[in-house]
Amino acid sequence: MTPIASIEQLAESYDLVVVGAGPAGLSAAARAAELGLSVLLADENPAPGGQIYRAVTTTPVRNRAILGEDYWRGADIVARFERSQAAYAPRCTVWSIGPDEAAPGSFELGLSLDGKARIIGARQVILATGAQERPFPIPGWTLPGVMTAGAAQIALKSAGAIPSGRTVIAGCGPLLYLLASQLAAAGCQIAAVLDTTPSGNWSKALGAIPDFLRSPYLAKGLKLMLTARRKLRFVSGVTSLTATGSGKLATVQFEQGGRTGTIACDTLLLHQGVIPSVNFSNAAGCAHDFDVEQHAWVPRVDAWFASTVPGIAIAGDGAGIGGAESAALRGEIAAFGAASRLGKLSEAERDRQAAPIRTELDKKLRGRRFLDLLYKPAPQFLAPPRDETIICRCEEVTAGQVRDAARRLGVTGPNQMKAFLRCGMGPCQGRLCGPTVVELIAETRGSTPAETGYYRLRPPIKPVTLAELAALPQTEASVKAVVR
Amino acid sequence: MFRPIADLAAGGELSFTFDGRPMRARAGDTVAAALLVNGITACRETPVSDTPRAPYCLMGVCFDCLVVIDGIGNRQGCLVPLAEGMRIETQHGRRHLAEVAE
Repeated sequence: MTPIASIEQLAESYDLVVVGAGPAGLSAAARAAELGLSVLLADENPAPGGQIYRAVTTTPVRNRAILGEDYWRGADIVARFERSQAAYAPRCTVWSIGPDEAAPGSFELGLSLDGKARIIGARQVILATGAQERPFPIPGWTLPGVMTAGAAQIALKSAGAIPSGRTVIAGCGPLLYLLASQLAAAGCQIAAVLDTTPSGNWSKALGAIPDFLRSPYLAKGLKLMLTARRKLRFVSGVTSLTATGSGKLATVQFEQGGRTGTIACDTLLLHQGVIPSVNFSNAAGCAHDFDVEQHAWVPRVDAWFASTVPGIAIAGDGAGIGGAESAALRGEIAAFGAASRLGKLSEAERDRQAAPIRTELDKKLRGRRFLDLLYKPAPQFLAPPRDETIICRCEEVTAGQVRDAARRLGVTGPNQMKAFLRCGMGPCQGRLCGPTVVELIAETRGSTPAETGYYRLRPPIKPVTLAELAALPQTEASVKAVVR
Repeated sequence: MFRPIADLAAGGELSFTFDGRPMRARAGDTVAAALLVNGITACRETPVSDTPRAPYCLMGVCFDCLVVIDGIGNRQGCLVPLAEGMRIETQHGRRHLAEVAE
Protein backbone atom coordinates (compact mmCIF):
# COMPACT_ATOMS: atom_id res chain seq x y z
CA MET A 1 0.00 0.00 0.00
CA THR A 2 1.29 3.45 -0.93
CA PRO A 3 0.13 6.18 1.45
CA ILE A 4 -0.91 9.48 -0.14
CA ALA A 5 -0.21 12.39 2.22
CA SER A 6 -0.83 15.34 -0.09
CA ILE A 7 -3.02 15.96 -3.10
CA GLU A 8 0.01 16.43 -5.37
CA GLN A 9 1.04 12.80 -4.80
CA LEU A 10 -2.03 11.50 -6.63
CA ALA A 11 -1.48 10.11 -10.12
CA GLU A 12 -3.22 11.77 -13.08
CA SER A 13 -5.43 8.72 -13.44
CA TYR A 14 -6.02 5.20 -12.15
CA ASP A 15 -7.56 2.04 -13.57
CA LEU A 16 -9.85 1.99 -10.55
CA VAL A 17 -10.77 4.51 -7.89
CA VAL A 18 -12.51 3.09 -4.82
CA VAL A 19 -14.37 5.53 -2.57
CA GLY A 20 -14.59 4.56 1.11
CA ALA A 21 -12.21 2.51 3.28
CA GLY A 22 -14.69 0.30 5.09
CA PRO A 23 -14.69 -3.49 4.65
CA ALA A 24 -16.12 -3.27 1.10
CA GLY A 25 -13.71 -0.59 -0.11
CA LEU A 26 -10.64 -2.16 1.51
CA SER A 27 -11.43 -5.59 0.06
CA ALA A 28 -12.28 -4.21 -3.37
CA ALA A 29 -9.07 -2.18 -3.52
CA ALA A 30 -6.91 -5.04 -2.26
CA ARG A 31 -8.39 -7.58 -4.68
CA ALA A 32 -8.20 -5.21 -7.65
CA ALA A 33 -4.56 -4.41 -6.90
CA GLU A 34 -3.81 -8.14 -6.58
CA LEU A 35 -5.34 -8.57 -10.05
CA GLY A 36 -2.87 -6.02 -11.45
CA LEU A 37 -5.00 -2.86 -11.62
CA SER A 38 -3.64 0.54 -10.62
CA VAL A 39 -5.89 1.43 -7.71
CA LEU A 40 -6.57 4.47 -5.55
CA LEU A 41 -8.61 4.09 -2.36
CA ALA A 42 -9.82 7.49 -1.13
CA ASP A 43 -11.49 7.91 2.26
CA GLU A 44 -12.42 10.98 4.25
CA ASN A 45 -11.52 9.46 7.62
CA PRO A 46 -8.07 9.61 9.17
CA ALA A 47 -7.68 5.79 9.41
CA PRO A 48 -9.02 2.74 7.55
CA GLY A 49 -11.92 0.60 8.76
CA GLY A 50 -15.10 2.47 7.87
CA GLN A 51 -17.60 2.69 10.72
CA ILE A 52 -17.90 -0.94 11.84
CA TYR A 53 -14.11 -1.44 11.93
CA ARG A 54 -13.60 2.19 12.81
CA ALA A 55 -10.02 2.94 13.92
CA VAL A 56 -9.24 -0.79 14.17
CA THR A 57 -5.52 -0.08 13.65
CA THR A 58 -5.39 3.03 15.83
CA THR A 59 -7.98 2.60 18.61
CA PRO A 60 -6.76 3.45 22.12
CA VAL A 61 -9.16 0.83 23.58
CA ARG A 62 -6.90 -1.85 25.06
CA ASN A 63 -9.37 -4.27 26.64
CA ARG A 64 -10.39 -6.30 23.59
CA ALA A 65 -13.51 -7.62 25.30
CA ILE A 66 -15.14 -4.15 25.25
CA LEU A 67 -15.53 -4.01 21.47
CA GLY A 68 -15.86 -7.78 20.99
CA GLU A 69 -14.12 -10.26 18.68
CA ASP A 70 -16.17 -9.29 15.60
CA TYR A 71 -14.61 -5.83 15.69
CA TRP A 72 -11.03 -7.05 15.77
CA ARG A 73 -11.65 -9.17 12.67
CA GLY A 74 -11.38 -5.90 10.74
CA ALA A 75 -7.63 -5.87 11.39
CA ASP A 76 -7.14 -8.77 8.92
CA ILE A 77 -9.01 -6.86 6.20
CA VAL A 78 -6.86 -3.78 6.75
CA ALA A 79 -3.67 -5.89 6.87
CA ARG A 80 -4.45 -7.50 3.52
CA PHE A 81 -5.06 -4.07 2.00
CA GLU A 82 -1.78 -2.78 3.44
CA ARG A 83 0.08 -5.65 1.76
CA SER A 84 -1.40 -4.69 -1.63
CA GLN A 85 -0.01 -2.27 -4.21
CA ALA A 86 -3.00 0.09 -3.96
CA ALA A 87 -2.58 3.79 -3.18
CA TYR A 88 -4.42 4.99 -0.08
CA ALA A 89 -5.51 8.58 0.50
CA PRO A 90 -6.98 9.08 3.98
CA ARG A 91 -8.63 12.42 4.96
CA CYS A 92 -9.43 12.78 1.28
CA THR A 93 -12.97 13.68 0.24
CA VAL A 94 -14.27 12.69 -3.17
CA TRP A 95 -16.89 15.31 -4.00
CA SER A 96 -17.74 14.87 -7.65
CA ILE A 97 -17.89 12.36 -10.43
CA GLY A 98 -18.61 12.91 -14.08
CA PRO A 99 -17.79 11.55 -17.51
CA ASP A 100 -14.33 12.39 -18.89
CA GLU A 101 -15.13 14.02 -22.20
CA ALA A 102 -11.58 13.55 -23.47
CA ALA A 103 -11.67 9.81 -22.78
CA PRO A 104 -15.15 8.39 -23.41
CA GLY A 105 -16.12 5.66 -20.98
CA SER A 106 -13.81 7.04 -18.28
CA PHE A 107 -14.54 9.37 -15.38
CA GLU A 108 -13.28 12.58 -13.86
CA LEU A 109 -13.37 12.69 -10.07
CA GLY A 110 -13.06 15.80 -7.89
CA LEU A 111 -11.04 15.20 -4.69
CA SER A 112 -9.95 17.42 -1.81
CA LEU A 113 -7.23 16.87 0.76
CA ASP A 114 -5.95 19.44 3.26
CA GLY A 115 -7.92 22.25 1.63
CA LYS A 116 -6.58 21.57 -1.87
CA ALA A 117 -8.58 20.11 -4.74
CA ARG A 118 -7.60 18.01 -7.76
CA ILE A 119 -9.43 16.43 -10.66
CA ILE A 120 -8.16 12.96 -11.51
CA GLY A 121 -9.19 10.29 -14.00
CA ALA A 122 -10.56 6.79 -13.42
CA ARG A 123 -11.46 4.08 -15.91
CA GLN A 124 -13.64 2.28 -13.35
CA VAL A 125 -15.11 3.44 -10.05
CA ILE A 126 -16.34 1.43 -7.08
CA LEU A 127 -18.42 3.38 -4.57
CA ALA A 128 -18.09 1.79 -1.14
CA THR A 129 -19.68 4.62 0.76
CA GLY A 130 -21.50 2.33 3.16
CA ALA A 131 -24.45 3.08 5.35
CA GLN A 132 -25.71 5.76 7.67
CA GLU A 133 -28.14 5.53 10.53
CA ARG A 134 -31.73 5.98 9.50
CA PRO A 135 -32.98 9.44 10.50
CA PHE A 136 -35.01 9.24 13.71
CA PRO A 137 -36.72 12.61 14.13
CA ILE A 138 -38.41 13.12 17.50
CA PRO A 139 -39.23 16.39 19.23
CA GLY A 140 -35.97 17.65 20.76
CA TRP A 141 -33.56 15.51 18.72
CA THR A 142 -31.56 18.61 17.79
CA LEU A 143 -30.68 19.36 21.44
CA PRO A 144 -27.00 19.02 22.34
CA GLY A 145 -26.75 15.75 24.28
CA VAL A 146 -28.85 13.83 21.74
CA MET A 147 -26.72 11.81 19.35
CA THR A 148 -26.97 8.72 17.22
CA ALA A 149 -26.06 5.42 18.84
CA GLY A 150 -23.46 5.01 16.12
CA ALA A 151 -21.84 8.28 17.20
CA ALA A 152 -21.25 6.89 20.68
CA GLN A 153 -19.78 3.75 19.16
CA ILE A 154 -17.46 5.83 16.98
CA ALA A 155 -16.32 7.88 19.99
CA LEU A 156 -15.62 4.65 21.87
CA LYS A 157 -13.68 3.00 19.02
CA SER A 158 -11.69 5.98 17.79
CA ALA A 159 -11.19 8.06 20.95
CA GLY A 160 -11.83 5.57 23.77
CA ALA A 161 -14.50 7.95 25.06
CA ILE A 162 -17.98 7.20 26.44
CA PRO A 163 -20.89 9.42 27.51
CA SER A 164 -20.01 10.69 30.98
CA GLY A 165 -23.39 10.91 32.71
CA ARG A 166 -26.71 9.11 32.70
CA THR A 167 -27.30 7.68 29.25
CA VAL A 168 -30.48 6.45 27.61
CA ILE A 169 -30.44 4.40 24.42
CA ALA A 170 -33.62 4.39 22.32
CA GLY A 171 -34.78 2.78 19.10
CA CYS A 172 -34.60 -0.62 17.48
CA GLY A 173 -32.35 -2.94 15.55
CA PRO A 174 -29.58 -5.44 16.21
CA LEU A 175 -26.99 -2.69 16.53
CA LEU A 176 -28.89 -1.29 19.51
CA TYR A 177 -28.09 -4.41 21.55
CA LEU A 178 -24.48 -4.45 20.39
CA LEU A 179 -23.99 -0.83 21.32
CA ALA A 180 -25.67 -1.19 24.70
CA SER A 181 -23.37 -4.13 25.49
CA GLN A 182 -20.24 -2.32 24.33
CA LEU A 183 -21.04 0.86 26.25
CA ALA A 184 -21.94 -1.08 29.40
CA ALA A 185 -18.69 -3.07 29.13
CA ALA A 186 -16.77 0.21 28.79
CA GLY A 187 -18.26 1.52 32.04
CA CYS A 188 -21.02 3.78 30.75
CA GLN A 189 -23.93 4.42 33.11
CA ILE A 190 -26.92 3.27 31.07
CA ALA A 191 -30.13 4.43 32.73
CA ALA A 192 -32.42 2.57 30.33
CA VAL A 193 -32.79 1.04 26.89
CA LEU A 194 -36.09 2.14 25.32
CA ASP A 195 -36.97 -0.46 22.69
CA THR A 196 -39.29 0.80 19.93
CA THR A 197 -39.50 -2.52 18.01
CA PRO A 198 -43.21 -2.81 17.06
CA SER A 199 -44.59 -6.06 18.56
CA GLY A 200 -46.56 -6.68 15.34
CA ASN A 201 -43.26 -7.12 13.46
CA TRP A 202 -42.80 -10.57 14.98
CA SER A 203 -45.69 -12.06 13.01
CA LYS A 204 -44.45 -10.42 9.79
CA ALA A 205 -40.98 -11.84 10.32
CA LEU A 206 -42.13 -15.38 11.14
CA GLY A 207 -41.93 -16.57 7.53
CA ALA A 208 -38.24 -15.65 7.43
CA ILE A 209 -37.37 -17.63 10.55
CA PRO A 210 -36.20 -20.87 8.83
CA ASP A 211 -33.32 -19.06 7.07
CA PHE A 212 -32.54 -17.10 10.20
CA LEU A 213 -32.22 -20.31 12.21
CA ARG A 214 -29.43 -21.42 9.88
CA SER A 215 -27.75 -18.00 9.82
CA PRO A 216 -24.64 -16.74 11.56
CA TYR A 217 -26.74 -13.97 13.10
CA LEU A 218 -28.71 -16.30 15.34
CA ALA A 219 -26.23 -17.34 18.00
CA LYS A 220 -24.47 -14.01 17.97
CA GLY A 221 -27.66 -11.97 18.10
CA LEU A 222 -29.38 -14.03 20.77
CA LYS A 223 -26.37 -13.87 23.03
CA LEU A 224 -26.10 -10.10 22.64
CA MET A 225 -29.79 -9.58 23.23
CA LEU A 226 -29.98 -11.79 26.29
CA THR A 227 -26.86 -10.33 27.88
CA ALA A 228 -28.06 -6.79 27.31
CA ARG A 229 -31.55 -7.55 28.59
CA ARG A 230 -30.24 -9.28 31.71
CA LYS A 231 -27.86 -6.53 32.70
CA LEU A 232 -29.72 -3.38 31.71
CA ARG A 233 -33.10 -1.81 32.30
CA PHE A 234 -35.10 -2.59 29.16
CA VAL A 235 -38.42 -0.95 28.33
CA SER A 236 -40.12 -2.76 25.43
CA GLY A 237 -42.99 -1.57 23.27
CA VAL A 238 -42.10 2.14 23.38
CA THR A 239 -44.39 4.01 20.97
CA SER A 240 -43.39 7.66 21.43
CA LEU A 241 -40.26 9.58 22.42
CA THR A 242 -39.57 13.23 23.23
CA ALA A 243 -36.30 14.83 24.26
CA THR A 244 -36.61 17.95 26.40
CA GLY A 245 -34.21 20.50 27.80
CA SER A 246 -33.27 24.14 27.54
CA GLY A 247 -30.15 24.57 25.42
CA LYS A 248 -29.18 20.98 26.19
CA LEU A 249 -30.81 17.64 26.90
CA ALA A 250 -32.33 17.18 30.36
CA THR A 251 -34.93 14.40 30.10
CA VAL A 252 -36.39 11.89 27.72
CA GLN A 253 -40.11 11.22 27.87
CA PHE A 254 -41.64 8.04 26.48
CA GLU A 255 -44.97 6.31 26.06
CA GLN A 256 -45.45 2.60 26.54
CA GLY A 257 -48.79 0.80 26.52
CA GLY A 258 -50.73 4.00 27.14
CA ARG A 259 -48.64 5.18 30.09
CA THR A 260 -45.90 7.79 30.06
CA GLY A 261 -42.51 7.82 31.69
CA THR A 262 -39.75 10.39 32.14
CA ILE A 263 -36.05 9.69 32.62
CA ALA A 264 -33.54 12.39 33.54
CA CYS A 265 -30.41 11.93 31.45
CA ASP A 266 -27.34 13.69 30.06
CA THR A 267 -27.09 11.75 26.80
CA LEU A 268 -29.76 10.22 24.60
CA LEU A 269 -28.56 7.87 21.88
CA LEU A 270 -30.99 7.27 19.02
CA HIS A 271 -30.92 4.37 16.59
CA GLN A 272 -33.48 3.15 14.09
CA GLY A 273 -31.36 0.81 11.98
CA VAL A 274 -29.12 1.72 9.07
CA ILE A 275 -29.82 2.57 5.43
CA PRO A 276 -27.52 2.81 2.42
CA SER A 277 -25.78 6.17 1.95
CA VAL A 278 -27.06 7.08 -1.49
CA ASN A 279 -25.83 10.64 -1.96
CA PHE A 280 -22.87 9.73 -4.15
CA SER A 281 -24.56 7.05 -6.23
CA ASN A 282 -27.60 9.32 -6.68
CA ALA A 283 -25.44 12.28 -7.76
CA ALA A 284 -23.57 9.98 -10.17
CA GLY A 285 -26.88 9.29 -11.92
CA CYS A 286 -27.23 5.63 -10.86
CA ALA A 287 -30.82 4.33 -10.81
CA HIS A 288 -32.26 3.54 -7.36
CA ASP A 289 -35.25 1.47 -6.28
CA PHE A 290 -37.19 1.52 -3.06
CA ASP A 291 -36.55 -1.77 -1.24
CA VAL A 292 -39.76 -2.44 0.66
CA GLU A 293 -38.27 -4.97 3.11
CA GLN A 294 -35.28 -2.81 4.06
CA HIS A 295 -37.56 0.19 3.73
CA ALA A 296 -34.86 2.26 2.04
CA TRP A 297 -33.62 3.49 -1.31
CA VAL A 298 -31.09 1.10 -2.78
CA PRO A 299 -29.07 1.52 -5.99
CA ARG A 300 -29.95 -0.93 -8.76
CA VAL A 301 -26.97 -3.27 -9.28
CA ASP A 302 -26.24 -6.46 -11.21
CA ALA A 303 -24.51 -9.65 -10.03
CA TRP A 304 -21.13 -7.85 -10.11
CA PHE A 305 -22.52 -4.86 -8.23
CA ALA A 306 -22.31 -2.75 -11.40
CA SER A 307 -24.79 0.14 -11.29
CA THR A 308 -26.88 1.38 -14.19
CA VAL A 309 -24.06 3.82 -15.08
CA PRO A 310 -21.48 1.81 -17.03
CA GLY A 311 -18.14 1.83 -15.17
CA ILE A 312 -19.55 2.60 -11.73
CA ALA A 313 -20.08 -0.25 -9.27
CA ILE A 314 -21.44 -0.03 -5.74
CA ALA A 315 -20.23 -2.48 -3.12
CA GLY A 316 -20.99 -3.09 0.53
CA ASP A 317 -23.86 -1.65 2.55
CA GLY A 318 -24.16 1.20 0.05
CA ALA A 319 -25.77 -1.37 -2.29
CA GLY A 320 -28.20 -2.65 0.37
CA ILE A 321 -27.67 -3.45 4.04
CA GLY A 322 -25.93 -6.78 4.63
CA GLY A 323 -23.43 -6.08 7.42
CA ALA A 324 -19.65 -5.79 7.57
CA GLU A 325 -18.75 -9.39 6.72
CA SER A 326 -20.93 -9.45 3.63
CA ALA A 327 -19.60 -6.00 2.66
CA ALA A 328 -16.04 -7.33 2.43
CA LEU A 329 -17.18 -10.17 0.15
CA ARG A 330 -19.23 -7.84 -2.01
CA GLY A 331 -16.18 -5.60 -2.38
CA GLU A 332 -14.20 -8.54 -3.76
CA ILE A 333 -16.91 -9.47 -6.23
CA ALA A 334 -17.14 -5.85 -7.41
CA ALA A 335 -13.35 -5.86 -7.94
CA PHE A 336 -13.58 -9.00 -10.12
CA GLY A 337 -16.26 -7.24 -12.14
CA ALA A 338 -14.14 -4.11 -12.62
CA ALA A 339 -11.04 -6.13 -13.56
CA SER A 340 -13.01 -8.07 -16.12
CA ARG A 341 -14.48 -4.91 -17.67
CA LEU A 342 -10.94 -3.55 -17.97
CA GLY A 343 -9.85 -6.71 -19.79
CA LYS A 344 -7.50 -7.83 -17.02
CA LEU A 345 -9.49 -11.00 -16.46
CA SER A 346 -11.55 -13.17 -18.81
CA GLU A 347 -15.18 -13.62 -17.91
CA ALA A 348 -14.61 -17.33 -17.35
CA GLU A 349 -11.73 -16.63 -15.00
CA ARG A 350 -13.74 -13.94 -13.22
CA ASP A 351 -16.62 -16.37 -12.65
CA ARG A 352 -14.31 -19.14 -11.48
CA GLN A 353 -12.45 -17.00 -8.94
CA ALA A 354 -15.58 -15.31 -7.63
CA ALA A 355 -17.58 -18.54 -7.18
CA PRO A 356 -16.35 -19.47 -3.67
CA ILE A 357 -16.82 -15.85 -2.55
CA ARG A 358 -20.41 -15.91 -3.77
CA THR A 359 -21.06 -19.10 -1.79
CA GLU A 360 -19.68 -17.43 1.31
CA LEU A 361 -21.75 -14.30 0.65
CA ASP A 362 -24.98 -16.30 0.36
CA LYS A 363 -24.19 -17.84 3.74
CA LYS A 364 -23.53 -14.45 5.33
CA LEU A 365 -26.73 -12.91 3.96
CA ARG A 366 -28.89 -15.82 5.09
CA GLY A 367 -31.17 -14.60 7.84
CA ARG A 368 -30.85 -10.94 6.91
CA ARG A 369 -34.48 -10.79 5.78
CA PHE A 370 -35.66 -11.80 9.23
CA LEU A 371 -33.75 -8.90 10.77
CA ASP A 372 -35.09 -6.47 8.15
CA LEU A 373 -38.68 -7.49 8.84
CA LEU A 374 -38.36 -7.70 12.61
CA TYR A 375 -36.65 -4.35 13.01
CA LYS A 376 -38.63 -2.33 10.48
CA PRO A 377 -39.29 0.96 12.30
CA ALA A 378 -42.82 1.80 13.41
CA PRO A 379 -44.64 4.29 11.13
CA GLN A 380 -44.62 7.06 13.76
CA PHE A 381 -40.82 7.02 13.83
CA LEU A 382 -40.59 7.14 10.02
CA ALA A 383 -43.12 9.98 9.65
CA PRO A 384 -43.18 11.98 12.90
CA PRO A 385 -46.83 12.62 13.90
CA ARG A 386 -46.20 15.81 15.88
CA ASP A 387 -46.11 18.89 13.68
CA GLU A 388 -43.41 20.71 15.67
CA THR A 389 -40.82 17.95 15.13
CA ILE A 390 -37.87 19.29 13.14
CA ILE A 391 -37.17 16.94 10.26
CA CYS A 392 -34.51 18.91 8.33
CA ARG A 393 -31.87 19.63 10.95
CA CYS A 394 -29.95 22.02 8.67
CA GLU A 395 -32.77 24.31 7.58
CA GLU A 396 -34.96 23.64 10.64
CA VAL A 397 -37.98 22.56 8.61
CA THR A 398 -40.72 20.82 10.62
CA ALA A 399 -42.94 17.83 9.91
CA GLY A 400 -45.95 20.17 10.04
CA GLN A 401 -44.52 22.42 7.31
CA VAL A 402 -43.90 19.46 5.00
CA ARG A 403 -47.38 18.05 5.61
CA ASP A 404 -48.93 21.45 5.07
CA ALA A 405 -47.07 21.99 1.78
CA ALA A 406 -48.03 18.51 0.59
CA ARG A 407 -51.67 19.02 1.51
CA ARG A 408 -52.41 22.66 0.70
CA LEU A 409 -49.95 23.31 -2.10
CA GLY A 410 -50.18 19.84 -3.56
CA VAL A 411 -46.42 19.28 -3.51
CA THR A 412 -45.98 15.82 -4.97
CA GLY A 413 -42.29 15.06 -4.53
CA PRO A 414 -39.19 15.84 -2.47
CA ASN A 415 -37.53 18.00 -5.14
CA GLN A 416 -40.50 20.32 -5.33
CA MET A 417 -40.64 20.36 -1.52
CA LYS A 418 -37.01 21.46 -1.50
CA ALA A 419 -37.89 24.46 -3.64
CA PHE A 420 -40.74 25.48 -1.32
CA LEU A 421 -39.21 24.85 2.10
CA ARG A 422 -35.43 24.55 1.57
CA CYS A 423 -35.48 21.10 3.23
CA GLY A 424 -32.44 19.20 1.99
CA MET A 425 -30.64 22.39 0.96
CA GLY A 426 -28.42 22.74 4.02
CA PRO A 427 -24.87 21.44 4.33
CA CYS A 428 -25.92 17.79 4.90
CA GLN A 429 -27.63 17.87 1.49
CA GLY A 430 -30.65 15.85 2.48
CA ARG A 431 -28.76 13.05 4.19
CA LEU A 432 -30.79 13.50 7.38
CA CYS A 433 -34.15 14.70 6.04
CA GLY A 434 -34.46 12.88 2.70
CA PRO A 435 -36.05 9.66 3.96
CA THR A 436 -38.40 11.56 6.31
CA VAL A 437 -39.53 14.08 3.67
CA VAL A 438 -40.41 11.14 1.41
CA GLU A 439 -42.39 9.43 4.21
CA LEU A 440 -44.30 12.58 5.08
CA ILE A 441 -45.25 13.33 1.47
CA ALA A 442 -46.27 9.70 0.88
CA GLU A 443 -48.34 9.64 4.07
CA THR A 444 -50.09 12.94 3.33
CA ARG A 445 -50.88 12.06 -0.27
CA GLY A 446 -51.79 8.45 0.42
CA SER A 447 -49.02 7.13 -1.82
CA THR A 448 -45.89 5.04 -1.22
CA PRO A 449 -42.24 6.09 -0.86
CA ALA A 450 -41.52 4.33 -4.18
CA GLU A 451 -44.12 6.49 -5.95
CA THR A 452 -42.94 9.64 -4.17
CA GLY A 453 -39.33 9.32 -5.29
CA TYR A 454 -36.22 10.79 -3.70
CA TYR A 455 -34.12 13.96 -3.95
CA ARG A 456 -32.21 14.38 -7.19
CA LEU A 457 -28.72 15.10 -5.89
CA ARG A 458 -25.86 16.71 -7.75
CA PRO A 459 -22.12 17.07 -7.31
CA PRO A 460 -20.40 18.42 -5.33
CA ILE A 461 -21.75 15.93 -2.81
CA LYS A 462 -19.61 17.46 -0.06
CA PRO A 463 -18.93 21.18 0.38
CA VAL A 464 -15.91 22.50 -1.52
CA THR A 465 -14.68 26.05 -1.03
CA LEU A 466 -14.58 28.51 -3.91
CA ALA A 467 -10.86 28.89 -3.23
CA GLU A 468 -10.36 25.15 -3.85
CA LEU A 469 -12.33 25.30 -7.09
CA ALA A 470 -10.58 28.47 -8.24
CA ALA A 471 -7.17 26.88 -7.65
CA LEU A 472 -7.93 23.83 -9.82
CA PRO A 473 -5.69 23.58 -12.86
CA GLN A 474 -7.69 24.72 -15.88
CA THR A 475 -7.36 23.52 -19.46
CA GLU A 476 -7.53 26.04 -22.28
CA ALA A 477 -10.85 24.52 -23.39
CA SER A 478 -12.42 24.91 -19.95
CA VAL A 479 -11.30 28.55 -19.72
CA LYS A 480 -12.74 29.29 -23.18
CA ALA A 481 -15.98 27.60 -22.20
CA VAL A 482 -16.72 30.35 -19.68
CA VAL A 483 -14.81 33.38 -21.10
CA ARG A 484 -16.72 34.85 -23.98
CA MET B 1 -20.38 15.15 27.96
CA PHE B 2 -17.88 12.38 27.25
CA ARG B 3 -15.06 10.93 29.31
CA PRO B 4 -12.16 8.59 28.56
CA ILE B 5 -12.71 4.93 29.52
CA ALA B 6 -10.65 3.47 32.34
CA ASP B 7 -8.42 1.16 30.29
CA LEU B 8 -7.00 3.48 27.67
CA ALA B 9 -3.71 3.09 25.85
CA ALA B 10 -1.26 5.85 26.74
CA GLY B 11 -0.94 8.49 24.05
CA GLY B 12 0.47 11.94 23.56
CA GLU B 13 -1.52 15.01 24.47
CA LEU B 14 -2.17 18.00 22.26
CA SER B 15 -2.98 21.58 23.28
CA PHE B 16 -5.62 23.61 21.47
CA THR B 17 -8.04 26.41 22.19
CA PHE B 18 -11.82 26.53 21.91
CA ASP B 19 -13.19 30.08 21.75
CA GLY B 20 -9.89 31.18 23.27
CA ARG B 21 -10.00 28.76 26.24
CA PRO B 22 -6.96 26.48 26.47
CA MET B 23 -7.75 22.75 26.34
CA ARG B 24 -5.97 19.45 25.95
CA ALA B 25 -6.95 16.21 24.26
CA ARG B 26 -5.45 12.91 23.18
CA ALA B 27 -3.33 12.87 20.02
CA GLY B 28 -5.34 10.88 17.50
CA ASP B 29 -8.72 12.36 18.44
CA THR B 30 -10.76 14.24 15.88
CA VAL B 31 -11.70 17.85 16.61
CA ALA B 32 -15.28 16.80 17.46
CA ALA B 33 -14.12 14.07 19.87
CA ALA B 34 -11.68 16.49 21.50
CA LEU B 35 -14.51 18.95 22.15
CA LEU B 36 -16.78 16.25 23.57
CA VAL B 37 -14.18 15.01 26.07
CA ASN B 38 -13.56 18.60 27.13
CA GLY B 39 -17.20 18.90 28.13
CA ILE B 40 -18.17 21.28 25.32
CA THR B 41 -21.95 21.04 25.07
CA ALA B 42 -22.39 23.03 21.84
CA CYS B 43 -20.02 23.94 19.02
CA ARG B 44 -22.23 25.76 16.55
CA GLU B 45 -25.33 27.92 16.31
CA THR B 46 -27.74 27.31 13.45
CA PRO B 47 -28.10 29.82 10.60
CA VAL B 48 -31.91 29.84 10.84
CA SER B 49 -32.58 30.39 14.55
CA ASP B 50 -29.16 30.66 16.25
CA THR B 51 -29.95 27.51 18.24
CA PRO B 52 -26.99 25.69 19.79
CA ARG B 53 -25.98 22.35 18.26
CA ALA B 54 -23.42 19.70 19.10
CA PRO B 55 -21.89 16.79 17.16
CA TYR B 56 -24.68 14.36 16.31
CA CYS B 57 -23.42 11.52 14.07
CA LEU B 58 -19.58 11.76 14.31
CA MET B 59 -19.25 10.20 10.85
CA GLY B 60 -19.51 13.08 8.41
CA VAL B 61 -23.24 12.81 7.68
CA CYS B 62 -25.01 15.41 9.84
CA PHE B 63 -22.79 18.53 9.65
CA ASP B 64 -23.84 19.52 13.17
CA CYS B 65 -20.19 19.56 14.29
CA LEU B 66 -19.33 22.41 11.91
CA VAL B 67 -16.74 24.69 13.56
CA VAL B 68 -14.26 27.37 12.62
CA ILE B 69 -10.72 25.92 12.61
CA ASP B 70 -7.78 28.32 12.38
CA GLY B 71 -10.07 30.95 10.87
CA ILE B 72 -11.68 28.70 8.26
CA GLY B 73 -15.40 28.09 8.78
CA ASN B 74 -17.67 25.20 7.87
CA ARG B 75 -15.11 22.55 8.82
CA GLN B 76 -16.56 19.17 9.79
CA GLY B 77 -15.01 18.64 13.22
CA CYS B 78 -15.59 14.88 13.13
CA LEU B 79 -13.41 14.46 10.04
CA VAL B 80 -10.48 16.68 11.02
CA PRO B 81 -7.75 15.18 13.21
CA LEU B 82 -6.82 17.48 16.10
CA ALA B 83 -3.42 19.15 15.63
CA GLU B 84 -1.16 20.89 18.13
CA GLY B 85 -2.10 24.53 18.67
CA MET B 86 -5.35 24.43 16.70
CA ARG B 87 -7.58 27.45 17.19
CA ILE B 88 -11.14 26.14 17.21
CA GLU B 89 -14.12 28.45 17.48
CA THR B 90 -17.89 28.16 17.68
CA GLN B 91 -19.49 28.67 14.29
CA HIS B 92 -22.12 31.35 14.80
CA GLY B 93 -25.01 31.22 12.36
CA ARG B 94 -24.12 31.71 8.73
CA ARG B 95 -20.59 32.05 7.53
CA HIS B 96 -20.09 35.69 6.59
CA LEU B 97 -18.00 37.07 3.77
CA ALA B 98 -16.10 39.27 6.23
CA GLU B 99 -14.63 36.13 7.81
CA VAL B 100 -13.26 35.02 4.47
CA ALA B 101 -11.61 38.38 3.84
CA GLU B 102 -9.63 38.17 7.09
